[in-house]
Amino acid sequence: MSASLPDAPRASQTPAGRSTLARFLDSDVYASFRRSKLAMGAFAVTLVFVVLAVAAPWISPQNPYDPAQLELMNSNLPPLWYADGVAPFTLGTDDQGRDVLSAVFYGLRLSLVVGLLGVLVSGTLGILLGLVAGYFGGFVDTLIMRVADVQLTFPAILIALVVDGVAKAALGSQMDTNAAIGLIVLSIGLSFWVQYARTVRSSVLVEKNKDYVQAGRLIGLSSPVIMVRHVLPNVLGPVFVIATINLALAIITEATLSFLGTGLPDSMPSLGTLIRTGNRFLFSGEWWIVAFPGLALAGLVLAINLLGDWLRDALNPKLQ
Amino acid sequence: MIAFVLQRLLQSIAVLFAVGLIAFSMFRFAGDPVNQIVGVDTPYAERVAIRKDLGLDDPVAVQFLRYAGNVVRGEFGTSYQFRQPVSALLAERMPATLELALCATLFALTVGILMGVYCALRRDTWLAKIFLAISLVGISLPTFLIGILLIFLFSVTLGWLPSFGRGDTVRLGWWTTGFLTGSGLRALILPSVTLGLFQMTLIMRLVRAEMLEVLRTDYIRFARARGLTTRSIHLGHALKNTLVPVITIAGLQLGSVIAFSIITETVFQWPGMGLLFVQAVQNVDIPIMAAYLLLVAAIFVVINLVVDVLYTIVDPRLRLSTGRA
Repeated sequence: MSASLPDAPRASQTPAGRSTLARFLDSDVYASFRRSKLAMGAFAVTLVFVVLAVAAPWISPQNPYDPAQLELMNSNLPPLWYADGVAPFTLGTDDQGRDVLSAVFYGLRLSLVVGLLGVLVSGTLGILLGLVAGYFGGFVDTLIMRVADVQLTFPAILIALVVDGVAKAALGSQMDTNAAIGLIVLSIGLSFWVQYARTVRSSVLVEKNKDYVQAGRLIGLSSPVIMVRHVLPNVLGPVFVIATINLALAIITEATLSFLGTGLPDSMPSLGTLIRTGNRFLFSGEWWIVAFPGLALAGLVLAINLLGDWLRDALNPKLQ
Repeated sequence: MIAFVLQRLLQSIAVLFAVGLIAFSMFRFAGDPVNQIVGVDTPYAERVAIRKDLGLDDPVAVQFLRYAGNVVRGEFGTSYQFRQPVSALLAERMPATLELALCATLFALTVGILMGVYCALRRDTWLAKIFLAISLVGISLPTFLIGILLIFLFSVTLGWLPSFGRGDTVRLGWWTTGFLTGSGLRALILPSVTLGLFQMTLIMRLVRAEMLEVLRTDYIRFARARGLTTRSIHLGHALKNTLVPVITIAGLQLGSVIAFSIITETVFQWPGMGLLFVQAVQNVDIPIMAAYLLLVAAIFVVINLVVDVLYTIVDPRLRLSTGRA
C-alpha cells in the first residue's frame, strides 16, 4: 500500500517485478558483506552454532535432560584425548555422568531460544511504545519516556535479576522449566525495551510530519493502520542493528542470570547453568566441565557482536 | 543556573520516589514474608502475631508511607534471612564493594588511558592491533566468564593469587579495609581486573578515538610548528584535551561498576553488597533487595546530578542555552 502513495520513501526502492532475494543480492548491505572478511567469518561461525543448536537432538550422543540416560558410573570422565577418556564422551562428562558435548549442544539451543525470544519480546514492546510515544506525543509520550529514563538509571542485568527474583518469589519455588524459560524471557524483555523505544520514537517524530502520513490521514486511515503499515517500515532500519547487538546482550544476560543461580534450573542446563555447575570443579582438576560451555558461549557472543558491529557500519550512510 | 540545579534536583527526587514505589511494591508481590521467617510447624496464632508485628495487616498506603519514612531515616527493615537490620548488613558490606569499585576504576583509568594513547600514537603496530582485539574480547565476554578464566589461570594453574574472599582486613572504626595487609592487596587484584575490564576497554577505545581526533586539529599542528618536542605535544597538549570526556565517562560508569560488582562478587565470593544482593534474590529476602535497589538508584542519581552540575560550571554554552529555554 505504501508503495502506491506518491511520497512514500520506499516507493523508489521497490521496483515492481523483482524478488526480495534479487533485491537483497543487489543491495549495498550485501556488497559490504562480501567485502568484509570479518563479517563473513562471524556469519559463518554464527551459522555453525545455529545449526548445532537446531540439530542438537539428532547429533548429540546423549539426551542430557533425560535422567535415565545419565550413569553415575560415567561421572567426571576426561575428554577422549586423555588416556582414561571413554568412547562416546568426546569432551568428557560432568559429576552427574552427563556428556559435556551433548550438554553444550542442548545448552546452545536453550541460550539461542531464550536470546531470540528475549529480543522478540523487548523489541515488540519497545517498538510499540516508541511508535505510540512518537506518534501521539503529549502526555502518553511524557509518561513512556519518563519510565524509560527511570529504567535507564539501572543496568539491565540488575532489572532482569530483580524481575526474575520477584516473579519467582511470587510464583513459589515449585515451578516447571517452561515457566522458568518464560520468566527469563520476560525479564530480559522488560530490561532491554528502552533502547528500541527511544530509537523508534525519534524516527517517528521525523516521519510523522512527512506527506505520506498526512495523505494516509486524508484518506481516512486509522492511527494504528498508519503507524504499523506505513510509519513502522520506514523506521525499522536502526531497529535491526539494535536487535542484533541485543541478541548478544540477551544471551549474556540469560547466561549471567543462570550463572548467578536465578535463571534456568540444573535439570535443564543452559550454557550459563553449565558454567555455574562446572565452576565448582575448577579446583579439583575437571576443567572440561566449565571450559567447553564457556568456549561455546564466548564464541557465540563474539560472533554475534562482530556481526552487529558490521551491520551498524553497513547501515550507517555516513560511513559509506 | 540555580533554576537548572533545582529542576535537576526535583527530577532526581522524582526518580528516587519512583524507585521507592517499585521497591515497596516488591514486598506485596513476592509472596508471604511470614513464610520466609517461620518454619513449617509454626502454629497459626504465632504467624498472625508475626504478621501484626511486621505491620502487614495495615492498608497499603499506610505501609508505603511508613516504609518511605523509615527509608528517609536510613532504616530499611529487618532481613528475613539474617534477622538483622538491613542498614547494618549493608554498612558492614559496603567497604568491601567500595574498595573493589575504586580499584577497578583506577585499573580501568590507568591501563585504559595508557593503551588508548599507545593505540592512537602507534596505530599501525602489531601491539596496537592486539590491544584493539583484546578490547573487542573484553566488550564481548560476559564478566563471570572473564573471572573464571582469570581464576583458572592465576589461582588454579599458576597458584599466584587467591581466588576468593578479601584476605586479611584491618578495622578502622566501622570501615574494614584490605589495603593495609599483603593478603588483602593480593586478594584485590583478580576481582578488580575482572570488574574493571569492561570499563577499561571502553576508556581505551574512547581515548584512542579522541586522541586521533585531537591530533588532527590546528593547535597541534601549530605546536609542531613552534618546535615543541613530540612528547610534550602528545602528552601535554593532546592528551590533556582528550581527558575531559574520559573523566565524564569514568564518572558516569562508576555507578555501573558498583552494580556490576554483583557478578564479580559472586564469582570471587567477595563479601560485599553485591554478593549480599544475589543471596537475597536467591532467598527472596525482599528488605535487602529493596534497600540495595534504592541505594544503587541513589548512587546513580547523585552521580548524574554532580556530572550535570559540573558540566554547566565548566561549559558556559550550556548555561546560556538553559537560561534561554
